Order: sequence, then C-alpha cells, then structure tokens
Amino acid sequence: MMSAITETIPTEVEAVPMSQASTRHTDMRSRGEPALWALGGALALGIVMIVGFLALVFWNGVATFVPKPLPVVTDASGNVTAGEPFREELFRLQPDELAKLSPEWQARIEKDGGFASRTLYRLGNFDFYGDDFRWVPDFTLVKTEYPKNMLFVERLEWGPFVGTIKNFKLDGVEQPFSTLDDPKFLAAHDAARDRWREIRDIERDRIGAINHDIEEARLGLRKIELKTGKDSADYKAAQAEGQARQVDLTRAYDQLAAQAQKLRERNATNTVTVVEIGGRDKTVELSQLVRFYAANDLSFAQKVGVYFSRWVEFLTTEPREANTEGGVLPAIFGTAAMTLLMVVVVAPFGVITALYLREYAKQGRLVSFVRISVNNLAGVPSIVYGVFGLGFFAYVLGGSLDALFYPERLPNPTFGTGGLMWAALTLALLTVPVVIVATEEALAAVPRSMREGSLACGASKWQTIKYIILPRAMPGIMTGIILSMARGAGEVAPLMLIGVVKLAPQLPVDGFFPFVHLERSFMHLGFHIFDVGFQSRNAEAGKPMVFVTTMLLMALIFIMNISAIIIRNRLKRKFQGSQF
Amino acid sequence: MNMQAPPPVTYDKTIYHLKRGSAGPALDIENLDLYYGPAQALYGVSMVIEKGLVTALIGPSGCGKSTLLRCINRMNDLVDNLRIDGSIKLHGENIYAKSADVIALRKRMGMVFQKPNPFPMSIFENVVYPLRVDGVRDKAVLEETCERALKSSALWNEVKDRLDQSALGMSGGQQQRLCIARAIAADPEVLLMDEPCSALDPIATAKIEELIDELAGQYTIVIVTHNMQQAARVSDNTAFMYLGRLIEYGDTEVIFQTPRSPRTQDYVTGRFG
Repeated sequence: MMSAITETIPTEVEAVPMSQASTRHTDMRSRGEPALWALGGALALGIVMIVGFLALVFWNGVATFVPKPLPVVTDASGNVTAGEPFREELFRLQPDELAKLSPEWQARIEKDGGFASRTLYRLGNFDFYGDDFRWVPDFTLVKTEYPKNMLFVERLEWGPFVGTIKNFKLDGVEQPFSTLDDPKFLAAHDAARDRWREIRDIERDRIGAINHDIEEARLGLRKIELKTGKDSADYKAAQAEGQARQVDLTRAYDQLAAQAQKLRERNATNTVTVVEIGGRDKTVELSQLVRFYAANDLSFAQKVGVYFSRWVEFLTTEPREANTEGGVLPAIFGTAAMTLLMVVVVAPFGVITALYLREYAKQGRLVSFVRISVNNLAGVPSIVYGVFGLGFFAYVLGGSLDALFYPERLPNPTFGTGGLMWAALTLALLTVPVVIVATEEALAAVPRSMREGSLACGASKWQTIKYIILPRAMPGIMTGIILSMARGAGEVAPLMLIGVVKLAPQLPVDGFFPFVHLERSFMHLGFHIFDVGFQSRNAEAGKPMVFVTTMLLMALIFIMNISAIIIRNRLKRKFQGSQF
Repeated sequence: MNMQAPPPVTYDKTIYHLKRGSAGPALDIENLDLYYGPAQALYGVSMVIEKGLVTALIGPSGCGKSTLLRCINRMNDLVDNLRIDGSIKLHGENIYAKSADVIALRKRMGMVFQKPNPFPMSIFENVVYPLRVDGVRDKAVLEETCERALKSSALWNEVKDRLDQSALGMSGGQQQRLCIARAIAADPEVLLMDEPCSALDPIATAKIEELIDELAGQYTIVIVTHNMQQAARVSDNTAFMYLGRLIEYGDTEVIFQTPRSPRTQDYVTGRFG
C-alpha cells in the first residue's frame, strides 16, 4: 500500500510543467520566516537590554560597599597620593607632553596608538585637599605601596579620611596609638559614640518633645485668641497659665541643654590626631568617627564585617553629608508609605468606578465617552498631575482644611502645602485609569453563566456582585493594582511638586498625637537618586550611592509587586478546578 | 433564525391534549408574545403547566423553547430591548405585574442551566447559596438543608466527606447534580431545567434523568431538551414548539406515538429538526 503511493507521487509531479511546479513551493515570505526572525530578534534585544540594565545596577550596587585597598603611589616628581582606585581609563596624550617622557614610555605609548592609561583615585580628606579625586597617569608612577597602617576613616563631617593615626586623647590625657586592635582605643571610641548618641537623643527627642509642648501651648493660646479675642477673660487666664507652663518647660529645656553640653564637653576631650599622607595632621573628636579600618590589612572576615556594617548603616540610619553618606531609612519609609497609601486610595476608588461603569451604567454613548476619557487620562504626562495636585489638593483642598481646622497655625500651612497625603492622592489619580481598565476587563471576563446562576438563586444584583462577580474578578483586579503600584512607586516628577523634599526633618510617623502625620513632607528613593546623582557637591562621589539607591528602589518595588502577585495567585488557584 | 420575515407557512391553533395532574395548574402562561427589539421570538404562546408533573419543551434550535423557559423566572429581564406581552401566572399571581418582586419570584423557582455553573466556593457554600442570599445565618438550618438537598440530588454519598472543598474540583456530572441540589435547596415551587444534560456524557445523563424521575411529584419540573428520547423518558407532558409558536402540547405518549399535528409528526419521526 505504502509503496504504491510513493510510486505514484513522482510521476504526478513530473506530469506538472516546471513553471507550475515552482509556484507550488511555499515561499519564504508566505511561511512568515522573516517575520519570525524579526519577532525573535526584537524579543532577544529587549531581554538583553533589561538584563544588561539590571546587571549593571546590581553589580555596581552590590560592589559599592566592598572595602577597597588603599594604595600609596609616588610619582616621578615625588608627589605622594593615597586613595581608593575609583576607575581607570585610556586617554590620548598631547604631542608636547609625550615629548617630555622617557624614551621607553614614549615607545610604549606609541605602540598603544598614542593612548596612555591613568587611574582616578578617591582621595578623601576634602578638608585638606579641597578635592575628592585625583588622576594619576601610569607613566608618572615610580612606586605603588600598600602600607598596612593606612586607614580608611568614615567621619560625620568632611567625608572619609585616608591616612594614619598619630595618637589619641582619653579625657584630655594623651595616649600613644599602637594598632587599631588596641582595646583602650576601641573602648574610648565606643564610649564617645555612645555619648554622641545620647546627645542626639537629648537634642532631637527630648528637647523635641519640649519644643512640641511649647508649640502646642502657643497654638492653644492663639486658638483662644481667635475665638474670643485678645481682651477676653478666657484669653487672659490661658495666657497666665501658658506663662506658668512656659517657665516649667524652659526649666526642663535648660536642664536638658546643660546635660547635652556636659556630654559635648566630655567628647571634646576625647580626640584623635590623624595624619594624611602628605604629613599634615588634624585633631578630631573620637565621636566623629563612624567607622575605620586598615584597608590594606583586612582579613576576609573583617572585609565581610565592614561590608555588612555599611549595609546596616545604609538601611537603618538617616542620611548625612547632603545625602551622599549615611543611610536612606527615611526615603525607604517615605516610598513605602506613599505607595501603600496610594494603593489604599486607588484600589477602592478604581474598583467602584469600574463596577458602576460595567455593571450598572447603561451602555451607551456617554459611557463610551467616559471610558475613552479614562483611557486617555493614563497618557497625560505625570508632571501635569503634579501641577494639578499642588493646585487643587494642596492649595484649594488643603487651604480650606487649614482655614477650617488649623486657623491658629496660619500663616504656616498645615495641609496647605505638599505632603504625604496629597502626594498619595495625586499618584492615585495618576494610576486610577490602570485600575479602572483592568477591573472592567476582569468584570467582563466573569462568565455570564455565573451571573445567571446567582440571579436564578434569588440573589439581587448587588448580592451577585458581592458574592460571585467580585471574588471571581479579584485576580484581574489585583493585576490592575499591581500595575498601578509599579507605576506609582517609580514616579518622581509629580512628587517633586507635591511633598517630596531633599531632607525631611521628621518622619511622617512619630510619638506625638495623632502619631501619623500625613501632612508632612517626606523623602522618596526616586527623588533621592536624582538628588544624590545630580544635585550633590560632587556627582562622581555620589555615583556609587546612585546605584545602591536605584537597586534598593527596584528591590522595594519588586518586593511590593511580588507580594501582590503571590496574593493574586492564591486567589487564582481558588478558581481553577478541573472543569470537565 | 429569521424573525423579520413572517413565517412562510400559516399556523393553525395550538393543539392541546393535556394530561392533568392531581393538584391543578402551577403555572398559567397566557398569550405570551416576546420581542427582541423589532424581532418577534414568541407568538401567542398559551399553556398550563400542571403542578407536580414533568413538562418537556422540545423543538428545533431557535424555536423559542429556552426563551419561553427563561420568561418563567424572568431571566430575560437581563436582555436589553426586550418586550413581553401577555401574562404568566404562578399560582394565580401574574409575575409580570408591575408590583411583582423579581427577586422574591426567583426565590420561588430553581433553575438548572445547560452547562454546570457551580460557583467558585466550597460544595457546602454552593448548595446553601440561595439561603445565604436570603439572609439565613443559622448553621444548623444550613447544614440540614445542605444534607437534604444533596441527598435529593443523589450526591450526598459522593461528597459528604469533602463538603468544604471547592466545587470546581468535581466532575461535570457531579457539578450538574450540585447545581440541581442548589436549585432545590430553597424548596422552590417550580424547577426549571434548560437542557441540563447537553454538556454531559451518557452515564452522567442517565443519572440526571434518574434524578428527575425521583424529583417528579415533589416539584413541578419544566425541562427544555434537544433529546427527544429524553423527553419521552422523563416527562408527563410535552410541548412541541416551532418558529416561536406552540404547535402541540399534551400527553407525552400521544406526542411521540400519535401526534395530532403533522408538523409534530415530522419532528418526532426525525424528518426535520
């Protein structure tokens, strides 16, 4: 049977004239092969770009906190430079400069096509040099050493210091410095840091509480003044009471200030004298040293220790040195709080809107128009939302709130300026189209049989929506919320107008009633990246921090999204059964 | 389904030879016309559905049998641009009266659909759903109802140990019996079935038919079916519909053995449809 068929086929093909036979062959275009290459190529390109971007950010972010060695390089003219090698590059030498070099170097550079290599060193010691970086061309190098006593010291002011320690003073008594392991030195440093923390605690928290009380008293008095006038008996009584209270508070304040002053004076007698590579020395308080290590003499475990202690500092403390050093805790907190607040607003608002549009509104021209408008809203530049948020939320709504509820604080605005709540509302407005569109699609995808089944059981329309449609559409709605969250968390432009600041003095959550202060301005990782990378004293010095912060922002968005996705998949599993 | 043009043939009046039940009529459909926008789908349908009997609606696709069934519990209200003239009386009460409460009406009827449509909840919650929406919170009542309904739908022994599991994990036949249990959980006066076996295999179909036999007598059942053997097996009365008109309505035996309308004759003998 088979052989019969195979025998007949060639004869038939032969019977067809050549011109006709060639048209029978499926050509490449109709098989769509070039299209396939284009599709696959586009996908590959996209993946390469994303992976490349992530790898760049991740690599730089992870490497930033690794302690690097501190070479000491001496050049031909005797200049000594100590610092962390930051990066290397090739540069083209001018002919007249080339002519000054030794014949060997000239030959070598000639061989490399006129390019010489040079290294950028991060010097530290801004207070000595007035500069953070220095280029050292390879051809000027005479020798490179890695002295074991070379220290990298992170300070509260002036950025890092690179050099050695000469001696230190313990309560005013000069002590010889041997090594970094000297328990006496370490104990002195710990004690100084503890005192520094105590001073901060006194000045920020306890004196802050007193200032808060003073401000409350002033506002209370002003409230009575606004209500009854300056000449009323109430006002006078309150004023007298306030003055009495003021005396108490002032006494408490003076006491604390004196306590802080005492600690500060003690710290001033515990100092360390550091010497930079050029021989100039400087005496700084021990309490000013955040971290120090002998960069060329670190064991692997010590390196790991420095690395993680830097991460801990980064994640749990406040920024210092114009945001280029220290941590980003307030920015992490601000980003997370703003995004979650936005979700809390946008989720019900978007879902309710979509429910009405899809389930209740009579489908017609008006509904179509509304739907198109909503979709178009998603395309409005985000800065426009920022302007709207500032104009409407902050000035109009916030201004009215201030006039109604906080007249005693005027002319200082409470809600009448950018803040966490207005930023969250602005972003909610920005992302609500995403939620509406996703929810509408999810609602439309609920099978008709489900609705009919529920209605036939005697459920009302609202009960059907509540018990059947909404749970069933929930995974789709969650997808919309995830998308809106991703967009909202990464948005920076509108926030710059509506509440994000370079350095927020207070977190939006603290110990003073009502504990959550949605009117306060806040910090945001996205803005932090912009600020550190482009607004700081030295963009080069800020670059590693930009990468770390970017990595952190992406990690934060990733964590928020992945939790939402896990919730969504749990919901989805509920609706997956073996249907037939 | 061509509704615009008038049917090419003239129609005689419906032929009736109804088998009467012992308890009188449950539903009284009078002169029902139904329009989807400009297109008319039902033409002057009048029929009485006897209480406690099984009434089958048969006819070729598009003849309006499902439409008629969905008029009985007003499921057609969901369709836009629908107009209905005439009346349907449930125990003497016009369900299309202005004062009628649709939700209360649907609570008096149970409905089973073509494809099993269990809700994405546990088996227990599926069965007691009609009670839940009625506001019943008493756990004892819910459990008792669930057991009774599942026993009536011959599902109890199969699922009694996994009532809290998702109903979506059941087989198609089980799902359909679950839908029947749900439909009878609130003790409806009428049970409407819209081709309940069309998505099931022969074994599951046999089980459902058995179940219909058992439920007959307890409930007034109206069943739409494409399967003429099924109609012959399970029903007491059969209505034959054609192009929106009720052609013949009466004793199932008569319809299938000695139909009085030539058109019914053609259909049940398989000459068309």
